[in-house]
Amino acid sequence: MAENKIGIFKKFKIGLEKTKKNLNTQIEKVFSSYKKIDDDMLEEIEEILIGADIGVNTTIEIIEYVKEEVKKNKISDPNEIKNIIKQYMLDALSEEEDIENKANQKVILIIGVNGVGKTTSIGKLAYRLKNEGQSVIVAAGDTFRAAAVEQLAEWCSRAKVDLISNIEGSDPASVIYDSVQAAKARKSDILICDTAGRLHNKKNLMNELNKISRIIEREYSEAKKEVLLVIDATTGQNGIIQAKMFKEVCQIDGIILTKLDGTAKGGIVIPVQKELGVPVKYIGIGEKVDDLQVFNAEAFVDAIFS
Amino acid sequence: MVFGNLSEKLQNTLKKLKGKGKLSEKDINEAMREVKLSLLEADVNYKVVRQFIKNVKERSIGSEVMESLTPGQQVIKIVHEELIKIMGEQESKINYSSNDITYIMMCGLQGAGKTTTTGKLAMKLKKEGKRPLLVACDIYRPAAIKQLEVVGKSVDVPVFAINDKTNPVIITKKASEFARKNNRDVVIIDTAGRLHIDTEMMDELVDIKKEMKPNEILLVLDSMTGQDAVKVADTFNNFLDVSGVILTKIDGDARGGAALSIRSVVEKPIKFVGMGEKMDQFESFHPDRMASRILGMGDVLSLIEKAQDAFDAKKAAELEQKLRKQQFTFEDFLDQMQQMKNLGPLDQFIEMIPGLNSKQLKNVKVNEKDFNQIEAIIQSMTKNERLNPTIIDGSRRKRIAKGSGTSVSQVNRLLKQYNEMKKMMKKFSSMEKMMKKKGNRFKFPFS
Repeated sequence: MAENKIGIFKKFKIGLEKTKKNLNTQIEKVFSSYKKIDDDMLEEIEEILIGADIGVNTTIEIIEYVKEEVKKNKISDPNEIKNIIKQYMLDALSEEEDIENKANQKVILIIGVNGVGKTTSIGKLAYRLKNEGQSVIVAAGDTFRAAAVEQLAEWCSRAKVDLISNIEGSDPASVIYDSVQAAKARKSDILICDTAGRLHNKKNLMNELNKISRIIEREYSEAKKEVLLVIDATTGQNGIIQAKMFKEVCQIDGIILTKLDGTAKGGIVIPVQKELGVPVKYIGIGEKVDDLQVFNAEAFVDAIFS
Repeated sequence: MVFGNLSEKLQNTLKKLKGKGKLSEKDINEAMREVKLSLLEADVNYKVVRQFIKNVKERSIGSEVMESLTPGQQVIKIVHEELIKIMGEQESKINYSSNDITYIMMCGLQGAGKTTTTGKLAMKLKKEGKRPLLVACDIYRPAAIKQLEVVGKSVDVPVFAINDKTNPVIITKKASEFARKNNRDVVIIDTAGRLHIDTEMMDELVDIKKEMKPNEILLVLDSMTGQDAVKVADTFNNFLDVSGVILTKIDGDARGGAALSIRSVVEKPIKFVGMGEKMDQFESFHPDRMASRILGMGDVLSLIEKAQDAFDAKKAAELEQKLRKQQFTFEDFLDQMQQMKNLGPLDQFIEMIPGLNSKQLKNVKVNEKDFNQIEAIIQSMTKNERLNPTIIDGSRRKRIAKGSGTSVSQVNRLLKQYNEMKKMMKKFSSMEKMMKKKGNRFKFPFS
């Protein structure tokens, strides 16, 4: 177990390494090249924050906050600024401790726009939960995209969990219904439901999602329900709109932030959590079955700034 | 629609300038700060924004603008020109090999939409009379080969695949032989999604490139990508010297800043845009038209092309005659509606009409259901009623309502609309006569 822990920590670090390197060297350069805090320095920080997809509004807020703190505490050392921003981000990403309701069964619904990595994340999540000793069933709710079921089937065999599926083109709601019945009959601990990728501005598809969510509610009321929105770390400011629109059709309990192993910084999760109060639960940092990690705000922000 | 939000913000900012008879440097600075924020909100790369603002400012603060009679219009014109400049000026087409098979290699990050786009591109080329072959080179993602096979089948284009144990370079080599034997003239290679910083995977693409010497290397990029888009495009370009970019998922409401950034940083044109999951939702990219659309100046050219594709020219000419003579009947109305339907989703089409700004558009939610109802009502009329709507009296209305599953008041509403339309046409034809006298003058969309 101890070994495993080190492994996970290391992986997290490796995954974030590139993210860190990129922002970090930039930030370090800014901090070391300025002897005093002035507008030029702040403007440069502003650009770096925007470059990390944190967004205009949040960036302006952060800069205002820095200015206030500098004034209030009479800060003159440019290096202090780093800690101020870090603390601000940590506050934005902090999450109230989940009061685990002790339902024996749990159903996790995975949603998101096209191409963010829903199916891959499900494979990794199933593997993770299975290794924690839970029995897992996966529902192939993406009946639309070509070969989506085959893709999920491959992931399920890697994770060694069962898959409930129907033929391509069938009604996703019926697959979810069948899967709930199967989860009940087999007394599974966790049912993970895949859904087709959908753009959040397509009304009919969003209604379909709402229907799926209602079916789970109705047919499996005894289970704890968790909806996870998958967001691609390369997503720009559209991420906020995505989260907002998905939240309109079903509750969202958390975010899986994928593709953090690239150069994108995933800064969009900061305004998302700030505005909508939806916390990041997991991060995806690669294509292997164990490349999904529990999100750790401290590590996330540290990796950016330390 | 992509750019929608950006469009609204820019239009609002520029509108403020327009009303002013004289512009001070302060006015311009203020407006440019707002333009800057709108562009950043739209995910335009911050370096590109900085340069853009600098260019517009320099040109705007010059004396010819400030002293012009319509300084606001001048600034808008400058913004328009600079927008076109950063997006590239002209449409760029596929470079075909002149005497041999044309090879097109698709590449991009995971989830950008390469496989779907490969299918769409194949369908487009097939329509143009080419005989494409798709090659499945994504040997990593589970079921990727199967996905391409399904996509290929849906557009009726053959797919060459071996299995997921074979090196992609060997697959492409064999595919090339296969294409030659089977008389295919375009080979589209679908590669695995990869991170631009994964050197090993990038080298695989370089190897394919060395082997196949593709005529086109197209980078597929998600229009929702944020600030990273430029870095991704730049890195892919450094490895492969790509020939162009395909922007996907523009039917979302992303503000599409990536489209504005890439051209000016990587200096490679955006060749196509993909919207929607249907195989025919794929278009050539016209930067000049897109710039006009962003500024609410409409996109008349695309509109005309789309209409030409969808409308029956002979019928259109007939209709025009009828309109002129004001003999427009319900029969024509029905015909017209069917042709409108061929155009595709109505709101996409309305966006291209000049003079309609994005704010007005928000209120024009075209309800396709209403359309169906109107159709049902007309179809419940007798031929005679369609040709002579004046004969439709109370009992006929009742019958039509019953037949179409609507109510008498709905039938009444349609009849009223029809009458109004006739009146409007009368006005139009008299206006036309006036226009001819005065000489044709088009209204500028911002006025």
